[in-house]
Amino acid sequence: MRTRRTLAVALCAVALTATAACGKDGSPGAAGAAASGSNAPTLPTYTVKTDVKIDSAILAEAKKRGQLIIGAKADQPFLGFEDVASGDRSGFDIEIAKMIAADLGFTPQQIKWQTLVSSQREPAIAKGQIDFYVGTYSINDERKKSVSFAGPYYIAGQDFLVKNDNTSITGPESVTGKNICTATGSTSIKNIQQYNAKVTQFDTYSACVEKLMAGEVDAVTTDDAILKGYASKFAGKLKVVGKPFTKENYGVGLNKDDAALRGAISDALKAHEDNGDWKKAYDATLGLSGSAAPTPPALDRY
Amino acid sequence: MGFLFEDDNFSLFRDGFLQTIELSALSALLALLLGTLLAAFRVSPVPVLRAFGTAWVTLFRNTPLTLLFFAVEFGLPPLGVHFSHLVFGVLALGGYTASFVCEVIRSGINTVPLGQAEAARSLGMTFGQTLTLVVLPQAARTVLAPLSSVFIALPRNSAIAGAFSVGELYSVQQTFSERGYAIFAIFFWVACAYLVISAAVATLFRVLESRLAVAR
Repeated sequence: MRTRRTLAVALCAVALTATAACGKDGSPGAAGAAASGSNAPTLPTYTVKTDVKIDSAILAEAKKRGQLIIGAKADQPFLGFEDVASGDRSGFDIEIAKMIAADLGFTPQQIKWQTLVSSQREPAIAKGQIDFYVGTYSINDERKKSVSFAGPYYIAGQDFLVKNDNTSITGPESVTGKNICTATGSTSIKNIQQYNAKVTQFDTYSACVEKLMAGEVDAVTTDDAILKGYASKFAGKLKVVGKPFTKENYGVGLNKDDAALRGAISDALKAHEDNGDWKKAYDATLGLSGSAAPTPPALDRY
Repeated sequence: MGFLFEDDNFSLFRDGFLQTIELSALSALLALLLGTLLAAFRVSPVPVLRAFGTAWVTLFRNTPLTLLFFAVEFGLPPLGVHFSHLVFGVLALGGYTASFVCEVIRSGINTVPLGQAEAARSLGMTFGQTLTLVVLPQAARTVLAPLSSVFIALPRNSAIAGAFSVGELYSVQQTFSERGYAIFAIFFWVACAYLVISAAVATLFRVLESRLAVAR
């Protein structure tokens, strides 16, 4: 009898500790909903074009199917994010994809999103599993061998995400001996190691951000677009330093041989950059971080 | 295949390999000591200790290892516990494996006839003496084979630590993937490395088995 009671007490204690620990770990998003104020910038709406005539095989196929399949990321808040509960996509890259889709004659309801991580991008595009891809996709010569790029629509660079009250980290020269967090195996590590920073690596940036909020690392480093997304999510708590020290041209990835579609996407980007949609989309997503909108980069048509 | 010998790739790979061995060895040591202690707890006459042993096994054996790493890496620092990432990894992996070691050793203890313990007690041995001098030595022999399985699984489980800032083989694989080498070549070398470790552990246990075997 006594044994049973002791056992029951011990199990209760264990159960209580377990739930307490869960509460601590489980809800990092609780503080994240602070971004919407009364005069918060709103997302633009895009007029869907009706008489689109583009001589593109991929687009013809999409028309027949009645759906445009767009590849995107799903784990980057305010950049390329999927709310798992509702299935809603949001973020700057998502807006870019929507404005392109509108100019190609597709409503947001006609877009079928497909989440692809970085390593799956080229194969998916080459095999025609997606019509095009918008998601922190850096244009480089290696990738141009298997896909082609419209854009660039944004110029990113490696930067630092720090706590709002941090004044000691001002750029790459100031991180010597500091504890810097980034994703396991990413190219950001090499760039930062030459400044003699102490590097901590986690599988996801959200884990790094968690450590930053807890004060266990001094900064998170990767492309500033991704960092601005987190700074928007935790507006008022985190900020991006704003001294990018690398240059990544984000483009829209698509089939290597469909020059017509590439031209049409570039036209769409140009049109929405000129009519102010680009800036509105930025202000309502990454702009919430407090970083002002840059001027859209010049398109590279080829 | 040849990419391993280009640039500084080999030194990166070697560092990852050594880190996997270090992490696995430390975790194995912790698991063995803690597991034996837990097994002793689970057969002890003290109810609180028995309950502790049972609770540990129930909790750690039934929780996904990734979750344990999360709990240790993100749960302990807010409580004021600060260690290096390697130590956190050893705690998670060692604590997890200890629950398996405990059950294996307990099954071994159950194979020792009750008369052995009774005889030891009637000679005036304490519980501790009975366990360490009579029961455990006999139990250890019978559980070598299942123990080797547990300790071969351990280095492979250690790959999870790569996602938690321990620079072992998994994170080396991530780095190589990011640098754009062929996935097949990367996994070939990583698999080779794990094979070497597993084979070494298996050999060690085979030697132990033949050394400790008794004619019955």
